[in-house]
Amino acid sequence: MATIASLTGFAALPAATAVGSPALNIGIFIAFVAVTLAIVIKVASGKKSAEEYYTAAGAFSGRQNGIAIAGDYLSAASFLGIAGAIALTGLDGFLYSIGFLVAWLVALLLVAELMRNTGRFTMADVLSYRLQQRPVRLATAISVLCVSLFYLLAQMAGAGGLVSLLLGVSGELAQNLVIGVVGVVMIAYVLIGGMKGTTWVQIIKAVLLIAATAIMTVWVLGKYGFSLNGLFNAAVDKTASSSAEKTAAAAEKLTTYGMKYGKDTVTKIDFISLSMALVLGTAGLPHVLQRFYTVPTSKQARKSVEWAIWLIGGFYLLTLVVGFGAAALVGPDAITAAPGKANSAAPLLAYALGGSPLLGIVSGIAFATILAVVAGLTIVTSATVAHDIYKEVIKKGQASQETEVKVARYAALAVGAVAIFGGMLAKSQNIAFLVALAFAVAASANLPTILYSLFWKGFNTKGALWSIYGGLISSIGLIIFSPVVSGKAADPKTGLSPSMITNPAIDFHWFPLDNPGLISIPIGFFLGWLGSKLSKEYNEQKYAEMEVRSLTGHGVGPALDH
Amino acid sequence: MSNDARPGADPYTALQATPEFQDLRKKFRGFVFPMTAFFLAWYFLYVLLSIFAPGFMNTHVFGRVSVGLIFGFLQFVTTFAITFIYARWANKTFDPAADAAAARLESKEF
Repeated sequence: MATIASLTGFAALPAATAVGSPALNIGIFIAFVAVTLAIVIKVASGKKSAEEYYTAAGAFSGRQNGIAIAGDYLSAASFLGIAGAIALTGLDGFLYSIGFLVAWLVALLLVAELMRNTGRFTMADVLSYRLQQRPVRLATAISVLCVSLFYLLAQMAGAGGLVSLLLGVSGELAQNLVIGVVGVVMIAYVLIGGMKGTTWVQIIKAVLLIAATAIMTVWVLGKYGFSLNGLFNAAVDKTASSSAEKTAAAAEKLTTYGMKYGKDTVTKIDFISLSMALVLGTAGLPHVLQRFYTVPTSKQARKSVEWAIWLIGGFYLLTLVVGFGAAALVGPDAITAAPGKANSAAPLLAYALGGSPLLGIVSGIAFATILAVVAGLTIVTSATVAHDIYKEVIKKGQASQETEVKVARYAALAVGAVAIFGGMLAKSQNIAFLVALAFAVAASANLPTILYSLFWKGFNTKGALWSIYGGLISSIGLIIFSPVVSGKAADPKTGLSPSMITNPAIDFHWFPLDNPGLISIPIGFFLGWLGSKLSKEYNEQKYAEMEVRSLTGHGVGPALDH
Repeated sequence: MSNDARPGADPYTALQATPEFQDLRKKFRGFVFPMTAFFLAWYFLYVLLSIFAPGFMNTHVFGRVSVGLIFGFLQFVTTFAITFIYARWANKTFDPAADAAAARLESKEF
């Protein structure tokens, strides 16, 4: 489990030795920014209603939205992290892909359509529908902000790490500069284009990412006569020839399970905990849920998820080949020696296959990926600040659309600033805990409330507040006292602990697992049930309205204003 | 939404009480709940086997293709299959019933 780090993170990086041509990498990235910015200005500039800013007024088709969801979901973590995890740990890395994919069935079957039918702007619309507006909106907003900010920081920190690998800039200042540039461009997308512009950026990015990965896959398979077995053999042989004794000895394990998680009972239980957070967290991620509002009807929401599942599933199958391809053609020695370690597997494979041009394309896409995901997160957080906190909680629903959008734009600026400075501070951190936390908090604090409010008649305000705050506090609390934050055994070479607090003398952990999901998700569900049982609140009319609308789609449309 | 101020005359409450709507809810839950139970059980079976039964999962079937890899591919297959089956069912069976209920709400026939 050390390992979400390698999945999403670009933890502490040594000085960079870039491969390929940094100028070409930068050039392709600039070209991407120029083209997408032009498109954003063309399709989506100008004054916007709140609805247009937050959700593009539901103007996208299911297919477009499905591609955008894939663009949003396949973050740098999926592209670089999973390929790297597979290259170094074989099938154990593949376990992540499966959790990330199966999670979409929760969204498809239980959440997407009903959310679309009962909400309009934000996740809190649905959760507060039949409960007391202000306390529930506030609780939801806090949870949304926590999840999104952790996710955001992880992405920005990732940008810093990627820089040293791909652009050959290793200085503190240069890395900060790149984080700043990424942040500013992202803010420009959001302010100019709102949700519509951001969605187009995600669509373009998804197409490029999937196309580039498909090309690499075919290329790799072609080298081994389109035989998966041939590829596996080559990967095992290359790993067995590694100069690191331990790696070479484990080469045979590359095509089996247990290389990473089979060590002892704690790592095994930790893996179960992680699997729970992955499979239940996706349908509680606010930036994923917000995407369902960008289509006009629940039928289109269904179609969005269908497309997303095909694309995301197909992509993860490709990463299996890319990962083993990196093991076979680049080898574990070169991967672990590169700055960014596991995360450099896919770019190094691109270099081994197609030299500088392919590396440039892949690097440009990796940056675009961070940009698009961060822009999506910024929209969601600014919508939550403006719509839920400002309009509904502070102004009690009495604010004009114009002021609301203005507040949202200021919020986007503020979120952008947090992302830039947070990214600069977090870039040398082990960011594993941020992403694990985002998924675990989403699964513990958001998903129980979403499911209860959609499916359980007896759910009420007390249940919602207990579930949200209980899930939030237990998941964050357990992380703080987990080995992720303090107390991992120090690395004998550097004398530093791989925990967030690198000083091995500081150790206040008592929770044995890296991921809190196994405990905090049941707590979220249990408290939601208990709180509801202890309160007599029940609004029959609102429950009827919500249930009828959620199933029939009645009243969904731009004309509605309640 | 509910312009009708008379108590008890709320169209949503009225529609919710009809046997047709009860049937619609039953239809929906009768499909998605068992399906969810199935895919979660199937997924955790895979997770548990790969962690606690490495001997079985790591048996090579042909070449270096192991039982576990095939199991992993089957997770993709079932995910795609459930997506396909659900979409077909929803388009063909659920949507017409949901649309009919929405139409009743429009015309206020309860």
